[in-house]
Amino acid sequence: MSRLLISQGRILDPASGYDEIGDVAIADGRIVDLGSSIGDFSPERTIDAKGLWVIPGLIDLSARLREPGATRKADIASEARAAAAAGITTLVMPPDTQPVIDMASVVDLIQHRAEGANAARVVPLGALTQGLLGEHLAGAAALAAAGCPALSDGGQPVQDTLVLRRALEYAKTFGLPCLLTPLDTHLAQGCLNEGATATRLGLPGVPVAAETAGLGRQLPVAEVSGARVHFGRLSSEAGVRLLDQAKQHHPELSADVAIHQLFLTEQDAVGYDTRFHVQPPLRSIFDRQALRQALKAGTIGIICSDHQPHEPDAKEGPFANTAAGASGLDTLLSLILRLVEEEVIDLLPALATVTSKPAELLGLESGRLAAGAVADIAVIDPHQPWWCTPKALKSRGKNSPFLGWELNGRALWTFVGGRPVHTASADR
Amino acid sequence: MSVQLDEQGRLQHFLTTEGLSSTLLTQILDTAESFFGVIDKSVKKVPLLRGRTVINLFFESSTRTRTTFELAAKRLSADVLNVDVGTTTVKGESLLDMLQNLQAMQADMFVIRHSASGAAEFFASHVNPGVAVLNAGDGWHAHPTQAMLDAFTIRRHKGDFEPLRIAIVGDIRHSRVARSQIHAFNGLGAGEVRVVAPATLLPTDIESLGVQVYTDLSAGLRDADVVIALRLQRERMQGALLPSEAEYFRHYGLTESRLSSAKPDAIVMHPGPINRGVEIDSALADGPRSVILEQVTNGIAVRMAVMAMVLGTQAEAAGDSA
Repeated sequence: MSRLLISQGRILDPASGYDEIGDVAIADGRIVDLGSSIGDFSPERTIDAKGLWVIPGLIDLSARLREPGATRKADIASEARAAAAAGITTLVMPPDTQPVIDMASVVDLIQHRAEGANAARVVPLGALTQGLLGEHLAGAAALAAAGCPALSDGGQPVQDTLVLRRALEYAKTFGLPCLLTPLDTHLAQGCLNEGATATRLGLPGVPVAAETAGLGRQLPVAEVSGARVHFGRLSSEAGVRLLDQAKQHHPELSADVAIHQLFLTEQDAVGYDTRFHVQPPLRSIFDRQALRQALKAGTIGIICSDHQPHEPDAKEGPFANTAAGASGLDTLLSLILRLVEEEVIDLLPALATVTSKPAELLGLESGRLAAGAVADIAVIDPHQPWWCTPKALKSRGKNSPFLGWELNGRALWTFVGGRPVHTASADR
Repeated sequence: MSVQLDEQGRLQHFLTTEGLSSTLLTQILDTAESFFGVIDKSVKKVPLLRGRTVINLFFESSTRTRTTFELAAKRLSADVLNVDVGTTTVKGESLLDMLQNLQAMQADMFVIRHSASGAAEFFASHVNPGVAVLNAGDGWHAHPTQAMLDAFTIRRHKGDFEPLRIAIVGDIRHSRVARSQIHAFNGLGAGEVRVVAPATLLPTDIESLGVQVYTDLSAGLRDADVVIALRLQRERMQGALLPSEAEYFRHYGLTESRLSSAKPDAIVMHPGPINRGVEIDSALADGPRSVILEQVTNGIAVRMAVMAMVLGTQAEAAGDSA
């Protein structure tokens, strides 16, 4: 494998707090040395990163790739390539595919397709229960052996608390963290935050209580099981408060937020624009503020794109009749940088939310820049402006709620295991 | 929603009463008043929309609303086509495909009823320039011509809105009629708009629309000038919203005696169709205070007014650009 030198970039490693101009030397897929004065290294190829930032490739903790089962929306190859072009080197995929990721053979299929794409890595999460039906335990050991670093309820909370308890205990047996969706589905029969806006629009609302009731049920079960539990897609101030209280006794509990929740609110849906139809729904401006504060305080440690690409037809129609979800891969990096710009969070902690933190949760080798680490790296121009237009989106899902925004920051090179999977230098 | 107004602030579609100025709302009522005479004549036609095609596109069944829209269009001399689309037949063809096919038939106006909130906005934002959309009810969101015919009926009986207390009783949560009434009455400067319902039938933060909220019927009716009962859909009994029709009638059904806390000259309204003995007692519905049948008649004049105004705007816009 080639020997690569990324020269004179600003090296940012959130795991160690390292932030210096220097060189990164890569050989055989790993970083062999980095810093302002590295030892003798004879590269076969040198990339001039002067004025650019060298960061760990992003790890997106929740991205639907729609394969297998819904390839009219997107597929593994299309989304893995879109990810690579956006500086994302690992896509973590929830198990709610068709078929569900509850058997090693599905994991194998996904990995095979991902390898063929020669782009971002794809990490499938195993289902907590067979078919995500919440009845029988899935074969956690087999899933782990096939390459699933964690199990997930795939957005469909396990209703029976006893089944949930056993599933968490069984996952713990094999050292697998569990990603849960904090949701009471009975209360969640709607498509927008319950409140004045939904009432005006005549749309059925999802109350914040759907999230807190879900958390209130899952937190004690998580505690009694002793499993490593992570809550996905927090959306509300009350949810953050509950988690914060629980973390005082169980600091290992963690949570993530979808990036769009940090920028958008229920108000954005006032024109019935279906791009703002997401689950959990966009909430109030106070919730958004609380989520931003939780990020700063560290209650929420991870940000994901919650990428859910759709074909145009799925988003065409009256709001409630359309599919929920937003396309998010293309905008993730720029929006992370925008959080820093808006002084929501400092640069290194911001980068940690999409690199070292998700890596730590899943026990991945990537997500950091250090001698010996796997060379999943993005070289980015943090200031390069771009218009978010359907054409600019590399994902097959053009359903971005940020269409029309002017964003800053693009990945110019993306490396996975030292291999270039994206080069935008021609565009420069 | 500004999509219904053109750059000069004129109605080019009629989708909601929300956000309309009192001037525009009053203009609708005044125009309806001018058409009211037409209805009384033996030859009940004016040639305003001669040669124009109106398509009634109803994804939900309706008798009253569709018929009065049809009558209104015919009295304006338009050609009317009724398309009844059961929700099941829509399967396979998207709303957009259907719209484009019907547009290819050179329609000038669509009157649309659909079970999804925002459906009328969706159509309005996808029709060709020069084609108007009238909302005949979209989900829980809006039913603006119903609200305007109610306002018209109230004005004919009570005159100025400013001193009026108007109480809307019943299933506010699922009611597009209530939402449109609230916006229309507030826009016309009503003194007080109240909603009266059990908490299960009140949407969250309904106060934010500018209403006083009551869960007790007699308190809600106290000194009211206008009492509007809403239809209670039978299917609401299936879920966990209400225990029984009988219990609902006992606490929220309108009867002569419960109306005693309202003003002696209070009028009683209902958008129809009535569930007798559920939301309103027969004696009251058929009694002297009831203006329910008047509402139906007034619906024709109001719908004529809105059709004329909207197609007038569209025609002028076409003239402007020519």
